Amino acid sequence: MHPAYSVIIFTTFSGAGYGLLFLMGLFAAGHWIEADRWFGFTGFFLAFTMVISGLLSSTFHLGHPERAWRALSQWKSSWLSREGVLAVAGFVPFGLFAFGWVIYESHDGAWRLFAILSVLFAVLTVYATSMIYATLRTIRAWFNRHTVRIYLAFAIWTGSVWFNMLAHLFDLHTPGIGMIVVVTGVLALWLKRKYWIFLDTSPTWVPPENATGLGDLGTVRLLDAPNTQENYVQKEMGFSIARKHSIKLRRWAFFGYFLIPWLLAVGTVEADPWLKIPAAILAVVFVMAGTMLERWLFFAEAKHTVMLYYGAQDS
Amino acid sequence: MTQIPVNTTGKKLGLVIDLDICVGCHACAVNCKEWNTGGHSAPLPDTDPFGENAEGVWFNRVHTFECGDGADSRTVHFPRSCMHCEEPACVEVCPTGASYKRAEDGIVLVNEDICIGCKLCSWACPYGAREYDGDAGVMKKCTLCIDRIYNENLEEVDRVPACVSTCPVNARHFGDLGDPNSDVSRMVEDRGGYDLMPELHYAPVNKYLPPRPKSSWL
Repeated sequence: MHPAYSVIIFTTFSGAGYGLLFLMGLFAAGHWIEADRWFGFTGFFLAFTMVISGLLSSTFHLGHPERAWRALSQWKSSWLSREGVLAVAGFVPFGLFAFGWVIYESHDGAWRLFAILSVLFAVLTVYATSMIYATLRTIRAWFNRHTVRIYLAFAIWTGSVWFNMLAHLFDLHTPGIGMIVVVTGVLALWLKRKYWIFLDTSPTWVPPENATGLGDLGTVRLLDAPNTQENYVQKEMGFSIARKHSIKLRRWAFFGYFLIPWLLAVGTVEADPWLKIPAAILAVVFVMAGTMLERWLFFAEAKHTVMLYYGAQDS
Repeated sequence: MTQIPVNTTGKKLGLVIDLDICVGCHACAVNCKEWNTGGHSAPLPDTDPFGENAEGVWFNRVHTFECGDGADSRTVHFPRSCMHCEEPACVEVCPTGASYKRAEDGIVLVNEDICIGCKLCSWACPYGAREYDGDAGVMKKCTLCIDRIYNENLEEVDRVPACVSTCPVNARHFGDLGDPNSDVSRMVEDRGGYDLMPELHYAPVNKYLPPRPKSSWL
């Protein structure tokens, strides 16, 4: 699949934004972090910026961005529509949660309820995003049980690196936050490794013979394509990446999305502010860059069944 | 709503394509383009039509495959267009309701006035039936020549899709595959007509008739 930058940026940044909102909601509801006004303000500002810019970025690849509101109508059948509805509806609990934290500096009573609702909406929205991909039977690399887990895990992991940075900046860091970073990082790593093993070992999804139904005649090979220049379908669905390149990029992604940010965040947790704050900021930079590379590979390594009609030997 | 209609008439209009006699002349693809660039989804764009990077929207494309090896190998010409599936994933994923399946005859269409051009339907289609019109910013696809088959201004004999009317060897047939007694259903029954990629469970309505075994006396 062609890796469209608008979608890569959208899923990475909105994922991190929802991950950050998830953790802020969780820690507020559990009373594990005090309702510090400037921590709250900065956290909500960053999370909302990431979520909104992600949503805007996703409208850039539309043929008719001015009609984007119509995408809210088909929530009964379409996961893309559900994602849109949840993304818009989520701003009600998020906004009220933010209001309580920043204006009243409170996590009690009704504000606590909004924190819990924020946790719920953050998870549901990322879940809906992942289901857009996980329900496409045409793409084996996405139509599997790993896709949802990976989107959720990466949202919480990238969110926790942002949360960790904020906690250091406002001197509100706790061992609990350190534990979240340790655990969610390892979770993202473990699930992504399992996914790549699945991708490397899963058998051909639809054999070329079933695309044409001509298997009884022997092996089927494309002799002549319908068109001499690449058409829309080939450009959109036909992107492929050589095995040796993907191995190299997976390694780079591993350093970026996991190893460097994890070591930076975990290794400096007890250090002096002049060291731990730059390290926490650098961890954010690396985890976002690494996750964008991971997301790029999610598209680049995905094969679509339609390419079987254009000479692909597996799908 | 982009939900699949539940209360249907049972009518399933579609095509039956005979791979035994298709000669790969591409006339169906050309006549499809010719009709539809002035029809329901008009115009069908062509960018750089006489240049190095000619590209455009076609609803019907003919692939040519080589099957088997050595003396037993054969060339099979393979026209491919929308299957008007009974379980069209392209319709279910549509966030706006622009893609829909008609309850009265099962034809899958795009309402270009509300399509936002998100392209997700083209990702959901395993057959590559949907092609994006970058000029109009909307998705386009085979309409089963909805503007011919119900067109009372045409002679009755011409009320078939453009691809069917033009095929010089009669390799394409149009009819109601929901009616077991229709000509097309009988043809499918007699010749062992089959679905493409049945394991994806989209229940394509269009059927393909396999090439007959080679004659041995040659």
